[in-house]
Amino acid sequence: MSAKSQLRIIVTVLLIVGFGMTAFKHFGLGFPLTPGMKETVWTAEARISFQAAGEPVKVSMSLPQGTDTLLVVDQGAAGRGFGFHIEKDGPGRTGVWQARAPVGNHSLYYRARIYRGNGTPPAHAPGDPEIPQAPIFTEDQADAADTILAEAHTFSADPEGMAIRLAQALGSDAPSPAATALFPDEPTSREEVAMIVRLLHAAGIPAHQLRGIALDEDGSNSGLQTMFEVWTGEQWVAINPATAEVGLPELFLPFQRGEEAIFEVEGAFGSKIQFSAIADEISSRRGALAASKASGSLLVDFSIFSLPVESQKTFATLLLIPIGALVVVVLRNLVGLQTSGTFMPILIALVFVQTELIPGLTLFLVVVSIGLFIRGYLTSLNLLLVPRIAAVLIVVISLYIFLSVVGFKLGFTTALSVTFFPMIIISWTIERMSVLAEEEGMKDVLIQGGGSLLTAVLAYLVMTNRYVSYWAFEFPELLLVVLAIILVIGQYTGYRLSELRRFEPLARDK
Amino acid sequence: MFGLATPWQLSRAGIVGMNRRNVQLIAENNPRHLYPLVDDKLRTKQLLETHGLAAPQLIGVVKQTGQIKELPGFLEPHRQFVIKPARGSGGKGILVVSGREGDSYVKPSGSTIGFEAVARHINNTLSGLFSLGGKPDVAMIESMVDFDRVFDGFTFEGVPDIRVIVYKGFPTMAMTRLSTSASDGKANLHQGAVGVGLDIATGHALRAVMNGVPVETHPDTGATLADIQVPHWPDLVRLSARCQVASGLGYLGTDIVLDRNQGPQVLELNARPGLAIQVANGAGMAGRIDRIEALLASGEAPEQPEDRADWAMEAFA
Repeated sequence: MSAKSQLRIIVTVLLIVGFGMTAFKHFGLGFPLTPGMKETVWTAEARISFQAAGEPVKVSMSLPQGTDTLLVVDQGAAGRGFGFHIEKDGPGRTGVWQARAPVGNHSLYYRARIYRGNGTPPAHAPGDPEIPQAPIFTEDQADAADTILAEAHTFSADPEGMAIRLAQALGSDAPSPAATALFPDEPTSREEVAMIVRLLHAAGIPAHQLRGIALDEDGSNSGLQTMFEVWTGEQWVAINPATAEVGLPELFLPFQRGEEAIFEVEGAFGSKIQFSAIADEISSRRGALAASKASGSLLVDFSIFSLPVESQKTFATLLLIPIGALVVVVLRNLVGLQTSGTFMPILIALVFVQTELIPGLTLFLVVVSIGLFIRGYLTSLNLLLVPRIAAVLIVVISLYIFLSVVGFKLGFTTALSVTFFPMIIISWTIERMSVLAEEEGMKDVLIQGGGSLLTAVLAYLVMTNRYVSYWAFEFPELLLVVLAIILVIGQYTGYRLSELRRFEPLARDK
Repeated sequence: MFGLATPWQLSRAGIVGMNRRNVQLIAENNPRHLYPLVDDKLRTKQLLETHGLAAPQLIGVVKQTGQIKELPGFLEPHRQFVIKPARGSGGKGILVVSGREGDSYVKPSGSTIGFEAVARHINNTLSGLFSLGGKPDVAMIESMVDFDRVFDGFTFEGVPDIRVIVYKGFPTMAMTRLSTSASDGKANLHQGAVGVGLDIATGHALRAVMNGVPVETHPDTGATLADIQVPHWPDLVRLSARCQVASGLGYLGTDIVLDRNQGPQVLELNARPGLAIQVANGAGMAGRIDRIEALLASGEAPEQPEDRADWAMEAFA
């Protein structure tokens, strides 16, 4: 295969992988494409309080479960003097607090961070659920139940439709006589749901209660809500009894499925549970990151984000270097700018990132000019090359100290940042410029030095661009795209911008 | 517009740009392992000798700093010589001594320097100041070319040299570089020498440029540059073609000088010849390269370098 077609294949693969991974991170994991986007996360908290009297106390509570739209990350449980563990309990999880002999008022807390994203709903037991045993109604209720069931059966085609019909019948504002007969008093929504579930059981349809809290964008406190789930023969479908809407609302965080109590306290009295959910704005990026880490996405697990924060900072800088390299490649091969040293401008640009542009530029010019001046004198001493560079190096370091001290005394703390300059590179730059000045004259020094500085400044501007640095760090796979672009430029045989000027007289003759 | 040509205009004029030169001419035709043959002028010398190609005589080589103190005695019999780094780049570090004045050495510009300046120059050369990447180097001392009278009046001083680009054994384009006072006797265009495009068929001047601008006369001597007619032209072109066989480089720059007595002499070879030759010729070389490729593809290309040179002189007339 020819080098050209190999290159084409490599470039295509790099582009597909680079953009593909970026797209997956954006669409699949929710990493935003632009920096500074915000999203809401919630801290859901359950607080159980009770009075203990020295008896062994055991408190258990159903823990929230993820849904297709919400991701739950445990933040831990608290309770002074209580041991805590989590029990796997069928599809759900139960948090258990225990203490041998607590006395007095106690509060136990459970906290979880809730992110929007792909959570894992608890897997229900394989196979069809058991057909429930028919519940026993009192005689009064039995007739009303039969009537309602018969009516619901007539006006529906399947278990789901029947459940909806039942919810409508019991939840409506003007209840039918049969519905009124079921409830002697005005029912709570929970009682209503319990009745729907019983009626469904009576009809031989598996169903259970679903309790949880509805989260809110503005974080207003909402208490426990009850819904129910019905088995359609293929899957469980959640239905909101109040509205008879089908499907789990996007922001509904389920705590418990089934008829048991959501929490249980043994050995104490006066127990209460309180739920709260606080909404919080965080950057979408942090949200996506935490969510992907929690769900164990390989792409994030084996990425820079799994490193300690300190190293991440190093990589944030390191990942900018390819961007600088791209700028150099474009300026040299497409524009045709002359620079002194191929990648010296990138190093200078990195220094500018540390020092800010104007102070960095000033310091660079000062150090190099004084260095050139002193190097000019060293010429007349007939030194061998390496000792001469070493001498220049020491001069450069002395300059650093001198500038820092004098600058600091004069009140310019920016002078301290001179130490960011890579001294070996600066020494070589001075050496090269000096030789250039001796042999080709100051004009070439200015052309190459100016070209280097221009490249460094452009690289700095690109590297510090908010979007560029964001993309470089958050989507390191875009490096592959940069690589692809550089490879393409590597095969570019067309004219450079500077050549349009250089060869212009030749085009004019024709 | 704004002194800028469009890429299409350049393409129509057959101009080869730097990127095309680097990718298609150099990378595809010059295998990396052959570079040392031409980058190290000492090895070039040996190579030229092996193939029996005419070149200035090597007087001696300074390989260590310690040898410098023996130099005054060694140089005594040689009134004229050139000191150059074996691995110099871009014409850097070439010191020409054209005569003596007592203990001092006379440069072509007429200024004199003492032995300590010569010693410093060699010292710098040995420590790698002029070599690519600062690698330690050796200093070659070779005889100064007694240049042909034909260039009298066309050059400020120093050695007028003729650059012939040889593509796959076919001489493609030629120019001569005339030193000026601005270039301090050196014959490099970017140092201010005058480039004169030469007709590859006849060796007659086509046009001249200095610092990228067309000129009619030499800036120092006032001679009309259009009058230049290089003697021994067919010999010179054939010599350049033979250099390709010796070096194996597909895109080769040969620098040839004319000695008054010995005719064309190869000064050095270059594996990365520049593109200024197009400016000096006032024409692009892409068209010629295409014709050479077409000839090679037709299978009727002559094998012998001399025949290839003759074909080029006829085809590119």
